[in-house]
Amino acid sequence: MVPETESRSSLSRRRLVNRLMGGSFGALVAWILYPVLRFLEPVEVAEAATSQIEAGLTNDPELLAKGFKIVPFGNDPVIVVRAGEGDYRALSATCTHLDCIVEYRPDRGLIWCNCHNGQFDLSGQVVGGPPPRPLRPYRVHLVEGVPGGADTLVVEKV
Amino acid sequence: MSEAPSRSSSLAEEPANGTTATSASSAPGAQAGWSSWWIDRLHLAEVLALARKKQVPIHPYAPFYYLGGMTLFFFAVQVATGILLMLYYRPSASEAFESVEFIMTEVRFGWLIRSLHSWSANLMVYFAFVHLFTAFFMKAYRPPREITWVSGSLLLFLVLAFGFSGYLLPWNQLAYFATKVGTEIAGEVPLIGDWLLRFLRGGSRVTGATLSRFYGWHVAILPALTTVLLVLHLVLVQVRGMSVPPRYERRQVRGMPFFPHFALRDLFGWTVALGVLGALAALFPWELGEKADPFAPAYPGIRPEWYFMFMFETLKLVPGGEIFGIGYGAIPILLFGVAGLALVLVPFLDRGVARHGRSPGFTAAGALAVVYITGMTAWGYRSWVPVAVVAATAALILVLGIAVDVDRELARSLGRLARRDRSSNERGTE
Repeated sequence: MVPETESRSSLSRRRLVNRLMGGSFGALVAWILYPVLRFLEPVEVAEAATSQIEAGLTNDPELLAKGFKIVPFGNDPVIVVRAGEGDYRALSATCTHLDCIVEYRPDRGLIWCNCHNGQFDLSGQVVGGPPPRPLRPYRVHLVEGVPGGADTLVVEKV
Repeated sequence: MSEAPSRSSSLAEEPANGTTATSASSAPGAQAGWSSWWIDRLHLAEVLALARKKQVPIHPYAPFYYLGGMTLFFFAVQVATGILLMLYYRPSASEAFESVEFIMTEVRFGWLIRSLHSWSANLMVYFAFVHLFTAFFMKAYRPPREITWVSGSLLLFLVLAFGFSGYLLPWNQLAYFATKVGTEIAGEVPLIGDWLLRFLRGGSRVTGATLSRFYGWHVAILPALTTVLLVLHLVLVQVRGMSVPPRYERRQVRGMPFFPHFALRDLFGWTVALGVLGALAALFPWELGEKADPFAPAYPGIRPEWYFMFMFETLKLVPGGEIFGIGYGAIPILLFGVAGLALVLVPFLDRGVARHGRSPGFTAAGALAVVYITGMTAWGYRSWVPVAVVAATAALILVLGIAVDVDRELARSLGRLARRDRSSNERGTE
């Protein structure tokens, strides 16, 4: 026996039940979606902290032939350039424009990106094309090997 | 008096009477415009008419009708969790185990998603079996539902193939040896055995090539086949309606509207299933074991998934030797093959049930199959658990069958009460 005034109030019994149902359904959906969304979140794989790497010998045939080589520095590629006799440079090999890997053009004395014609000088400064920032420089040390033999290139984070 | 029809239709017993209970409380104006736009563009009018008209019969065996939907629910969980696992899983011999390990230990809720996938797989297989046997004992394969049965039994084989191919993917010792044994058994099939073994393994041995192959089957070929058969199966169920057991067919059986009454009960069941599944996955996360090593000796307890146990145990009983150039081991394989074929073709073999509504021979054969499968599984595990699970399932179905009767009586008396209430109310206000 529901009094008439109550049955005409703004929150009828049916609407209350509907809201409770809707609310529990929403909670159920959230309960399912939360683990799924968390699962989709990529896991950052911890990178070994590297401060320096060995980048091979100075008489490396690839380095002599092309004038450069790309070596992994942790997860990042680094370009080692043989600019002249005993003159080695190391720069981040990732173009600051759109993430392509750069190469060294001995004929023009430039570091060049094939993707969109980005150009950098040997200190990493932008000299042409779309890249917004210079390439990050690394320091190169020469470590003497056996007497009369080739030296070892060591690339160090600046 | 817009309240009256919706109130009466919320009691399960009343037929639909052409009114839908959905539009009862919401503001009709804007929503009707939107929904009619969708209905028109997607050409849904016929579908809705069918859904509105569709009735689900009520009788003591009515709980069987939820088993297919339950299997479907676990299949949906498999699709969702399977797609998620694919984002991290790597199908190669050198990386598969490590990637599953990564999922279990590094990925947030990775342990949950993988455990859900494993638990739901097992529950799906179990419900597929229960669904099949209940449909069999109800003689639901009678005309005009032969194709529904054939597609359903083929779906069961696909589910088993999903299980067999998925078992190998974590590339652990147990799976590696179970796959070796399983594919070796396939190799005993007369005439095509050698070809079959090489086809399954992607070579003469179980290697990374087998893993790639099983992965391809598991995530592409089997899902594609399943989608086609499942759509056919579900459309036929909708178009042909639910089968009523012969015993109740001749009587006047009452029904409840498929939508929303039956659909809401389905939804309730799925919610409970999701809760049980989540609890199982959280409390008993699936083990990973050790990485597969082709040069390590097999340790004791190498066995297939439980749903292959009865076949595995049967094969173990057969001694070595051969007759007419066929190995003894091939005989049970051939018998299982014939039994599988007979299962698919039951609607065409059992002509008696179409004619006089009875086929006790087939009922007996089905009961024998249940006893054999349960018995051999229990024997294989040297455990009473399989027997207990089957008994518990039968008991649950029985209780639900009684509940349907109670439900019906309750609805009837509630309907009477509501009518009396309403009429006395009206008298009171006048």
